[in-house]
Amino acid sequence: MSDLNSKIPSGPIAEKWTNHKAKIKVVSPANKRKLDVIVVGTGLAGASAAASLAELGYNVTAFCYQDSPRRAHSIAAQGGINAAKNYQNDNDSVYRLFYDTIKGGDYRAREANVHRLAEVSPNIIDQCVAQGVPFAREYGGTLSNRSFGGVLVSRTFYARGQTGQQLLLGAYSALNRQIHEGTVKMYTRHEMLDLVVVEGKARGVIVRDMVSGEIKRFGAHAVVLATGGYGNVFFLSTNAMGCNASASWVAYKKGAFFANPCYVQIHPTCIPVHGSQQSKLTLMSESLRNDGRVWVPARKEDAEKLRKGEINPNDIADENRDFYLERRYPSYGNLVPRDVASRAAKERCDAGFGVNKEGMAVFLDFKYAIQRLGKDTIAKRYGNLFQMYEKITDVDPYKEPMQIYPAIHYTMGGTWVDYNLMTSIPGLYSLGEANFSDHGANRLGASALMQGLADGYFVLPYTIGDYLGSEIMTPRISTNLPEFEAAEKAVMTKLEMLFNIKGKTPVDHFHKKLGAILWDHVGMSRNEAGLKQAIDEIKKLRKEFYADLLVPGELKNVNPELEKAGRMADFLELGELLARDALNRKESCGGHFREESATEEGEAKRDDENFAYVAAWEYKGVDTEPALHKEELVFETIALTQRSYK
Amino acid sequence: MADIILNKIYVKVWRQNSPKAKGRFETYQVENVSQGTSFLEMIDILNDKLIREGKDPIAFDHDCREGICGMCSMYVNGHAHGPDTEVTTCQLHMRKFSEGQTIVVEPWRAAAFPVIKDVMVDRTAFEKIQQAGGYVSVNTGGVPDGNVILIGQDDAEEAMDAAACIGCGACVATCKNSSAMLFVAAKVSQLAKLPQGKIEAKKRAKAMVAKMDELGFGSCTNTGGCELACPKSISIAHIARLNREYLSAKLSD
Repeated sequence: MSDLNSKIPSGPIAEKWTNHKAKIKVVSPANKRKLDVIVVGTGLAGASAAASLAELGYNVTAFCYQDSPRRAHSIAAQGGINAAKNYQNDNDSVYRLFYDTIKGGDYRAREANVHRLAEVSPNIIDQCVAQGVPFAREYGGTLSNRSFGGVLVSRTFYARGQTGQQLLLGAYSALNRQIHEGTVKMYTRHEMLDLVVVEGKARGVIVRDMVSGEIKRFGAHAVVLATGGYGNVFFLSTNAMGCNASASWVAYKKGAFFANPCYVQIHPTCIPVHGSQQSKLTLMSESLRNDGRVWVPARKEDAEKLRKGEINPNDIADENRDFYLERRYPSYGNLVPRDVASRAAKERCDAGFGVNKEGMAVFLDFKYAIQRLGKDTIAKRYGNLFQMYEKITDVDPYKEPMQIYPAIHYTMGGTWVDYNLMTSIPGLYSLGEANFSDHGANRLGASALMQGLADGYFVLPYTIGDYLGSEIMTPRISTNLPEFEAAEKAVMTKLEMLFNIKGKTPVDHFHKKLGAILWDHVGMSRNEAGLKQAIDEIKKLRKEFYADLLVPGELKNVNPELEKAGRMADFLELGELLARDALNRKESCGGHFREESATEEGEAKRDDENFAYVAAWEYKGVDTEPALHKEELVFETIALTQRSYK
Repeated sequence: MADIILNKIYVKVWRQNSPKAKGRFETYQVENVSQGTSFLEMIDILNDKLIREGKDPIAFDHDCREGICGMCSMYVNGHAHGPDTEVTTCQLHMRKFSEGQTIVVEPWRAAAFPVIKDVMVDRTAFEKIQQAGGYVSVNTGGVPDGNVILIGQDDAEEAMDAAACIGCGACVATCKNSSAMLFVAAKVSQLAKLPQGKIEAKKRAKAMVAKMDELGFGSCTNTGGCELACPKSISIAHIARLNREYLSAKLSD
């Protein structure tokens, strides 16, 4: 069935990584000095990879679009990072973390990759501690843990509600040390606009200097993409404004397969959309569901009065509140996984029980927890989140329930990679959220940070040697090669074309329209007719975009609208692929819910017989259907079962 | 959540096309802004209008829009990050402003932060300070188990208080001397509180301070404006610790 070589090593699951490392090539220090590696993106995955590769002796050139690597969106991760340390003596283990991740991913991830992730997870914590990451500590000085959704043990390490920030600053400090030593050449405010492929191998990138507008060429023996996910295709998401998929997308167009784009994580607890002027959505940590109870009014008339502002939520008596998660899922209650909680909120709002003006919000109420534990305890646990909520909404969550609604948060799909994290273009690697490999159809909380750092610190520095070991005789890549010339010209042509449309409509309007199409038809609940409609509407929107786009300013100056236009052109194609992938996958799994594949009670129903595969798409042209390649998922260790949270 | 609309406000903003160009203030009218809108969304609305009128939109730095990346950097009505406490510009909301008000928006003003365009400034100097010594010199791999290094809860908490710095530069923009002491102190103090950072403490304090001085930041006169402007409320007590670290490093030279 598979026509993709995932290069999964043979042998028992627990020995695959060890055996693999023993077999792959290693490059001598003298030869590493002669080899150049480009790293695009310097969040957790990119910064950790760039620093580690430079420490090994490779010449690294790194790029980020922000003014500092410290600003990559990894910084915004709140809750924590998982690791199989078993410090709590609660019977955690590498196997248990592996098992939880496979199950949480609804059996759509590769066993071998996930096991390796669990194996290296303890090393990540050690590394971060050594760098000076101020993790939370017990009175005796040992590291603290907390629990997260979907698991039975306490394995999440954290630094208040700013774990992503602290881990990124750790990786950033390691990167800074290498920049200081001259082993990493760092380019901030530079955006990758094309990949250069020479004789079938990734050999460089074309970037735009976002200050001068100059287009520049960079060559290397290998190129690493650590450019994050594509959640911003939906316009409104918890991603940063600049997060984009263009690096992955140009790689796709140059031959890197794109896998499982339909696996998008919708996080249940975000601050709801406010009017039409909103630019992004803010996450409220999953940890809040430990103490908050989710409800909507049981009576529709109460919901209507709430929407009109005629009554206050506190006016609704307990018996007239529908704690729908506790009602539908008595055993997991408010702590069901993210995909389940999100769909349940949508179901209530669609049925007319939404509680804000737009009818698109449910309550997350701390009244009961405050009664039980006291305000001080709740403030100690969630004070910073409550403060953030109040700053944004002007509502005091100690007095009134929070309003929440699901929002696009993370993308499990991404560039297809083999076990070595190499894409289908030799010499091109993809790390972190940018690749597809470890989370299957749904990511567990506190696992994104783990994967980004595992890839960058402990996987790529080993596996890249297997490729570069064959490149030691390849001289420095000249950027005068015709392939560089052609790629630079194509980039210029695209930018000039976008700039010269001179229509009437700024980029954001197209982006909002695309987001609405995707949210309505390719969001939390999908069906065949809606997906087909989405594909048609996106094609139409693409035509409008190229006819009516208005980009102001100058090509050769700071020009955020030009940057956005380029990213938008790619989103308009990616959005279509997302819908196509969702249309192809007729089962429901994890974050992907097909209405046609549900149990009688409306729960997601997987179809292992027909869909236990990775869908890897090959680009065939903008207006040509992409080719589907299937990588069969073989479960040697864990038996497939239907998830249940009842 | 009553949705009050500001029918009309005025934004008086610094316009400067490039680092060497002469800058000036321009005043624009913005209509129909919900008070629930964030400040940067209001700028989005204004920019949309400017683009449609064939004008150049205002260039400004922003990214996460949830107060953690440190990218946004506007000086609003005489305050770094505007007239609210413990927020970045992206978390500032229009309910802090009233009907008909003129809102003055300036870039961070400091010799070490040259203007790139409009209210977007170059904070590369911060990068250079971090590169000079803001790290523990450990390579990937070969480190001890995390629980081998025991750290008291108070020390870990204090290190975290300092580590919360988002590197936005509000401290520099607020300081009458454009001093970067709070920024440098946050990193030096974080690592000084932890055993991992002790080994290189002296070298670090000297290297980071020397780099700061070299890059044209002013000196600290302990007036504490930085602490008030800091969106993460980093305490100037960390500056005191930096001074101790620096003095003891110099004395042992």
